[in-house]
Amino acid sequence: MSTTATDTQVSPDPANEGSIRQAMADYWTRVKGGDLGSLPAVLGLIVLMGIFTALEGQTFLSAFNLANLMSQAAMIIVLAMGLVFVLLLGEIDLSAGFAAGTAAAVLGVTLTQRDWPLPLALVACLGTGLAIGLFIGVLVARLGIPSFVVTLAMFLALQGLMLLIIGEGGTVGIKDDFILALQNKNLSPIAGWILYIVVVGGYALVSGLRLRRRIANNLTHEVVSVWIAKVTTLAILYGGATLLLNQERSRRPDLTSIQGVPYIIPLILVLLIGLTFVLSRTGFGRHIYAVGGNAEAARRAGINVGGIKIACFAICSTLAAVAGILFASRDNSISPSTGGSTTLLFAVGAAVIGGTSLFGGRGKISDAVLGGLVVGVIANGLPLVTSQAGVQFIVTGLVLLVAASVDALSRKRSG
Amino acid sequence: MSVSTEAAPGPAADASAPLLSLRGIEKSFGAVHVLRGVDLDVYSGQVTALVGDNGAGKSTLIKGVAGIYTFDGGEFIFEGKPVSVHEPKAANALGIEVVYQDLALCDNLDVVHNMFLGREEKRGVTLDEDEMESRARDTLNGLSVRTLKSVRQSVSSLSGGQRQTVAIARAVLWNSKLVILDEPTAALGVAQTAQVLSLVRRLADSGLAVILISHNMVDVLQVADSIAVLYLGQMAAQVRAADVNQNQVVELITSGSSGDMGLQPEHEGAQS
Repeated sequence: MSTTATDTQVSPDPANEGSIRQAMADYWTRVKGGDLGSLPAVLGLIVLMGIFTALEGQTFLSAFNLANLMSQAAMIIVLAMGLVFVLLLGEIDLSAGFAAGTAAAVLGVTLTQRDWPLPLALVACLGTGLAIGLFIGVLVARLGIPSFVVTLAMFLALQGLMLLIIGEGGTVGIKDDFILALQNKNLSPIAGWILYIVVVGGYALVSGLRLRRRIANNLTHEVVSVWIAKVTTLAILYGGATLLLNQERSRRPDLTSIQGVPYIIPLILVLLIGLTFVLSRTGFGRHIYAVGGNAEAARRAGINVGGIKIACFAICSTLAAVAGILFASRDNSISPSTGGSTTLLFAVGAAVIGGTSLFGGRGKISDAVLGGLVVGVIANGLPLVTSQAGVQFIVTGLVLLVAASVDALSRKRSG
Repeated sequence: MSVSTEAAPGPAADASAPLLSLRGIEKSFGAVHVLRGVDLDVYSGQVTALVGDNGAGKSTLIKGVAGIYTFDGGEFIFEGKPVSVHEPKAANALGIEVVYQDLALCDNLDVVHNMFLGREEKRGVTLDEDEMESRARDTLNGLSVRTLKSVRQSVSSLSGGQRQTVAIARAVLWNSKLVILDEPTAALGVAQTAQVLSLVRRLADSGLAVILISHNMVDVLQVADSIAVLYLGQMAAQVRAADVNQNQVVELITSGSSGDMGLQPEHEGAQS
């Protein structure tokens, strides 16, 4: 068989190289084909920031408020990261909010009432999340009960479990310095800039080396100018945020100084990088996408579909436990309503707004961060604009519906 | 399973002996006797069409070869040696790959990901994307596939013919020796059918043994070297495609015999 005539047929199109216009045309083709990615979230973020700045710019854009926004959004982001794993399978976890609450209750009781050492209490907290996730996963994967039903039942049962763990007292205070620091303390300005250099430099280095290797091996690769644009955008946006957060934002600087990047940001960065690595660079992550895209094809390819499902529910609930720790840190206490109310809805909304499909097979960890920021901006900005809780609920509900509609429509176009 | 990176699938084997030889295959499901003493010879470098009406036993025969079912009786000889294939992995290990009618592709993954699904190349814990992409491209180039724009396209953006191509390329990626295609053109338009059939022809020309299941007699006569006709669980005849016309094949399919070919009224066995 002759291959001479066809050598270049599926090689990278030479016209693709070096042209940012071509890259943008390709991107536009993908968008038209229904693959919107994070476009709605980015647009939503810009529009919402614009609206709140126009209406209440003085308060909304203050460094104090932006730091507060990060801390509000942090729990939603971490919960949404977990939900991405479950949503990728086309499943749902309605109990994630109360899994966070239950794990936080275990943390509070062991730490405050039983005087356990911190590491042991943390293990108990994360172990609670893991156990909840394994339980849900086994019911869904082995018994074949729809995840909607299993997790709705857990939504109720976990509320009960929380009440029993917390006991009659109603609330459990958190006094541990480490836990409290997570949501209330900041990196020193110098450390903030060191982190900045490590993150931006690391991103540029890793992605740049990969790009160079793929060009050298004549494999498909992104356009060099797109890579430069990505690194520059990250450098500018993250730099601006660091600059803003490093400003003094205490109302009484003479009494206490509040400045620097909140501890929560490196924590989220570690989760973002680690989980993105798992999803996009390991066989396990690839198999999650395969199960979400076509479970039967995955099964025939020898993938352990049940095992993947159980693992994803376990990851989701364990990350919920991490979010529970952040709740405990932010509220200084655990109450039976921790993780309740709109928590879960916001987290699912964050993942979907970020671009993760409710139908499975499409989504990234960074979706949770972007979508979580959008939800955070809404939750933070709306009370500045209107004091009516009714309006706030309706607007949030509508934003969720818009995100779900975009998801459904893009699925139709690509389907 | 080989991890060789050579593009051309499988070496051309000795053409005189069949690669796969089935003798007196029996299979029952409960009281239903589905396969009754089926003989089949499949040669490397040839397209063997397997035809027959619905319920004739084509699927059962193929699933037995692929290791999904186990035959109740008869000989399963592969490369001259009797083998027993009790699970799909054992069939894969022998070099037998099946492309099912539904293709079993994941729409949300790209071409490379689909070709290596479940058998990803790794370096440590990470996926070796570079290696997988080069091998996928080499395989596609080796099959003279010219319809794919990029191996990083997601499968959802591909046409029916392109999907079929990806599924077939996945089957030959593993140095396979026998590729079984289940109705590869059933859902395709005219132009795409022609593309897939020419790909099927190239597979055989490159030395692979190909079993083609099809209901389309035009396709079968166009691309097959040998035609095996199943009739009610028996092998009515296995004939050279050049020796028969469409009417004779249709007659064999519908009545089990045509002239002096096929099952004679006494059912004295198949003539080949």
